[in-house]
Amino acid sequence: MRHLLSAADLDRHEIGEILDLAEEMSLVQGRPVKKLPALRGRTVVNLFFEDSTRTRSSFEIAGKWLSADVINISAKGSSVSKGESLRDTVLTVAAMGVDALVIRHHASGAPWQASRWIDAHVLNAGDGTHEHPTQALLDAFTIRRHFRNSVPDVSNFEGKTVAIVGDITHSRVARSNVLLLNTLGAQVILIAPPTLLPSGIDSWPVLVCTDFDQVVPHADVVMMLRVQRERMSGGYFPTPREYTIGYGLTRPRLEAMKPGAAICHPGPMNRGLEISADAADAANSLILDQVAAGVSVRMSVLYELLGGAE
Amino acid sequence: MSDLLIHGADLVGRGRSDLLIRDGRFVDPSEAGSDTRWLDADGLIALPGLVDLHTHLREPGREDAETVESGTLAAARGGFTAVLAMANTDPVTDTAEAAQHLSALGARDGRVQVVPVGAVSKGLDGVELAELGLMARSSAAVRVFSDDGHCVSDARLLRRALEYVRAFDGVVAQHAQDPQLAGAAACCHEGEISGKLGLTGWPAAAEAGIVARDVQIAELTRSRLHVCHVSCAETVDIIRWAKARDINVTAEVTPHHLMLTTSEVLGYDPTYKVNPPLRPSEHVEAVREALSDGTIDAVASDHAPQARHDKEHAFAEAAFGMLGLETALAVVIDTMINSSLLSWPELAKRMSITPAGIARLTNQGRPLAVGQPANVVLIDPSARAVVDRNATASLSRNNPWHGRELPDPVIATIWAGRVTYQRES
Repeated sequence: MRHLLSAADLDRHEIGEILDLAEEMSLVQGRPVKKLPALRGRTVVNLFFEDSTRTRSSFEIAGKWLSADVINISAKGSSVSKGESLRDTVLTVAAMGVDALVIRHHASGAPWQASRWIDAHVLNAGDGTHEHPTQALLDAFTIRRHFRNSVPDVSNFEGKTVAIVGDITHSRVARSNVLLLNTLGAQVILIAPPTLLPSGIDSWPVLVCTDFDQVVPHADVVMMLRVQRERMSGGYFPTPREYTIGYGLTRPRLEAMKPGAAICHPGPMNRGLEISADAADAANSLILDQVAAGVSVRMSVLYELLGGAE
Repeated sequence: MSDLLIHGADLVGRGRSDLLIRDGRFVDPSEAGSDTRWLDADGLIALPGLVDLHTHLREPGREDAETVESGTLAAARGGFTAVLAMANTDPVTDTAEAAQHLSALGARDGRVQVVPVGAVSKGLDGVELAELGLMARSSAAVRVFSDDGHCVSDARLLRRALEYVRAFDGVVAQHAQDPQLAGAAACCHEGEISGKLGLTGWPAAAEAGIVARDVQIAELTRSRLHVCHVSCAETVDIIRWAKARDINVTAEVTPHHLMLTTSEVLGYDPTYKVNPPLRPSEHVEAVREALSDGTIDAVASDHAPQARHDKEHAFAEAAFGMLGLETALAVVIDTMINSSLLSWPELAKRMSITPAGIARLTNQGRPLAVGQPANVVLIDPSARAVVDRNATASLSRNNPWHGRELPDPVIATIWAGRVTYQRES
């Protein structure tokens, strides 16, 4: 694997390999000494053009547990206003001799552009409102673990229904999950008010529904998306109250869920807005498992990119 | 300067005839003497020098991206003998003095006639009228006014501008983009591709909605409205309707909207970031058809040079615009002549005669006939070449045609009797 830019880059077999390896990596988490020598001498730079403490920390821990040298570079703010082009920033960092660049950017497509300019491996850690492939991988990892008994094959989600609820238009989590879950054979249902459904969604391999209650009893996984502050003032929906009543995972909806169905959220949560405290802390909530899975999956991906003989 | 005889060219596809140029005008070819220079145009087509209604020369302000000298040389290489230079320079062309300065630069450095476009509003801010009358009365004789780059979205300001310019037979050229529906962040045609790529959508309705309103205001004011860079089928329908009602509206289309589609954006290459954005193929077909039937009156390049570093940001943050002067004719030949949507006389109308008329340029877009100003371009309609962005007179390289095979028509350009470009053979 040269780069990981999109969840669409991976076929079923490759996803299976990454998730299997992540299972092995997760064993490290339980050890008193959390260190594998696999990437000793390799350098990974987290180049973050947008703040994200949790994603950055997750990549940092993943790299460190594999013994890579991990450096964090924050390049927050628009490159236009700083006067340095994206290309110059990326070339400058690459010129230091890094092996992999983990890029988070507030603009869609930036990791694609970067991958054309440099030789180092590029890993997309979230680009604008486009994709976040490691989030989709860690979600698949978590879902698969939860359904270990009914999903024996790591790369086969046939028969499972995943409802993704919230701001689909601006969500990179939703886009990557749609692509990855579709590859794995799951049925994805997207639920949002029409103002938060992207144009062209008719061509996506999903079902679309504007009525959450209709879907709740049928979903094996309910994945709630964060409502960004700027959407609340952007006129996408009238009030937070109306949003919660229409699209929040409230206690009544929690109770209407199918037995054994799981709750996911990529975090950070707005408790009381898109997810009630009852749902966030429910026994079938996988939210903290997702965080733990993030480290294992990112270890696996870094190993896939950098571990092989070059 | 000795006389120049252009020998054997097919005049606008209507038949072969010699052209003799003396003192900047065509004279009777039988007057050619022994000291007359010859230009062998056997197998070539002669068209009246092309006129571009929509060029960004970037001078003053961004001389790193383009200058009057480099931009007009690019224009001459593309077969043009006149360009209308948009007002969004730094400083903005919103006073008589600024317009005269640009005219003077054109007279000094230009390889084509440089005609300033005046801003509609002071500083392009869309609030107060610029000194339209003083620009018109100045030696620059401005007739075309545009806030291009920005839409005159305030209906009242547009109404006043349209009314006011009637006094000197001016025209307001509108950049139709509803800022509420397509704000500054909008950078990709709103549809399947914008949704997939996570790019802010620029819906066709943001253009068509403004044009629908503007033709009503043009009817109300009985003034001349020109619609810049028409990009979508809905706008074409509205202009067709307005023309059927005898509303005084004209429209232009760019070469890139005649050929390129939204799918170019799939790789996030900012070379393909342009405003208005590239549209899906059904829109491309609609604007071709409209150019063919005359609903769209003119081709205009919207030549928009950008320094390389301004295009090397993330797609959403990179500058808008594409080069166009050197390839405009090539694209029109490929999309319109080679598909029989236009004849050569019709192409001459769309790229020379009509744009000269819209801009009220009396010495451009004239017939290739005795007594007329000698503005002519000689073209080889069958030559083709792969476009190389480095083989350019422009100072910029944001060329969306790089690496594509296109017609390579221009053999020589003559402006006011002077050879401003001649291909090395």
